[in-house]
Amino acid sequence: MAATYEPIYSTTLGSDQSSVSLSSFGGYTDLVLVVQASTTHTDQGARGYIQFNGETSVYSDTWIQGDGSNAGSSRDTSDTYLAFCVMGNSSNSFGTYILNIQNYTNTSTYKTTLSRSSSQTSNAVRSYVGLYRNTNAITTMTLRADGNIRSGSVISLYGIQAA
Amino acid sequence: MATTYKIIDKTTLTGNQSSVSFTGLGAYSSDYTDLIIKISARTTRSDNHEQIKLRFNDNGDTAYRIKRLNGDGGGAWSDTDYTTYGYCGFVSASTATSNTFGNGEIYIPNFSSNIYKSYSSDTVSENNASQAFASLQGGLWEKTDAITKISLFPNQANDFVSGSSFYLYGIKNS
Repeated sequence: MAATYEPIYSTTLGSDQSSVSLSSFGGYTDLVLVVQASTTHTDQGARGYIQFNGETSVYSDTWIQGDGSNAGSSRDTSDTYLAFCVMGNSSNSFGTYILNIQNYTNTSTYKTTLSRSSSQTSNAVRSYVGLYRNTNAITTMTLRADGNIRSGSVISLYGIQAA
Repeated sequence: MATTYKIIDKTTLTGNQSSVSFTGLGAYSSDYTDLIIKISARTTRSDNHEQIKLRFNDNGDTAYRIKRLNGDGGGAWSDTDYTTYGYCGFVSASTATSNTFGNGEIYIPNFSSNIYKSYSSDTVSENNASQAFASLQGGLWEKTDAITKISLFPNQANDFVSGSSFYLYGIKNS
C-alpha cells in the first residue's frame, strides 16, 4: 500500500512575515495545509488567505460562522485571494486552521477547497468552501493574512496519495 | 520522507464507561507534532444528544475557552464558554435512534509546544428523527505545559456506552 499523508513542508516563523510561499509539492492527489497562527492586524476578525500560482481575482468562498452570539453565512466572489480562516490578532494564542485542497493537479476542472477555522480568540469560528476558478494545476501557493502572520506561527503542508 | 498519521492508541468500550483517557503522551513528543482523536460515541444521557468535553493533564483550572457554532436541523447558533473543561461537540445519546453513534474529530496542533494549546473539533450526533446536531468548535487551553494526558467525558456525568470507540493518531510535520 502506498504511503500517504506525508509531511511535505513545515516552518515555524521566527519573525512576523507578510507571506509564506510553498512550492515543490507535486506527486500527490490532495493537499492538507495545517496552520496554527495569528496576525498582527488591529482587527480580531483578521483573515488568512491562500493564493495559487500567483493568480489574483479568481477566487470565491462561502462560509458558515459562529461569532459567539450569532450564527450566519456569507460569501465573497472574484476575490484577490482565497479566504480560508479567521486568524484573529491575539499575541499569545494561535488558532487551528485546516485547509483541504482536492485534486490540485488536475487540468480539467476548477479546484475546490474545504477548510475549518477554529480560533477561540478570533471573532468567529468558520467552515469554508472555496473555489479557485482555473483549470491549471496548482504548483505554488502563498499564505497571506490581513496584517502580518505572527512570529511563532506554524505552517505545515501534507500530501495525500489516492493510489 | 516520513510517513505520518499513525495510530498511537485506541479503545473500543466493552461496557459503559464514564471517561476515556490517553496517557503517556510525553513519550510521543519527539515522534509527532500534532494529535488527532477520532470519536464514534453514544452516551447514556436521557436525551438524543450530549456534549462531550475534555481535560488536558487532569487540569481543572478555569483555563478552557470555547467558541461554538452549532446546528440542530432547525436552526444554527453560536456561543462561548470559559470554564474548567474544554468542550468539543455533540454525540448521540440514549433516546437517539438505536445503534446510532455520533462521530467527531479533534485536531490538536503542536501538543508539546510552550504556547497556549488550541484545538479544533468537528462533530455530529446523528439521529434518524427530528433533531440531530452538527458542531464546529474552536478551543483554547490557556496553559503552556506540554500535553501529556487527554481525558474525554460526557458532559453531564453520564457514561459513554459500550461500543463507543476512540482512536488517537500522531501527525509528524517533518
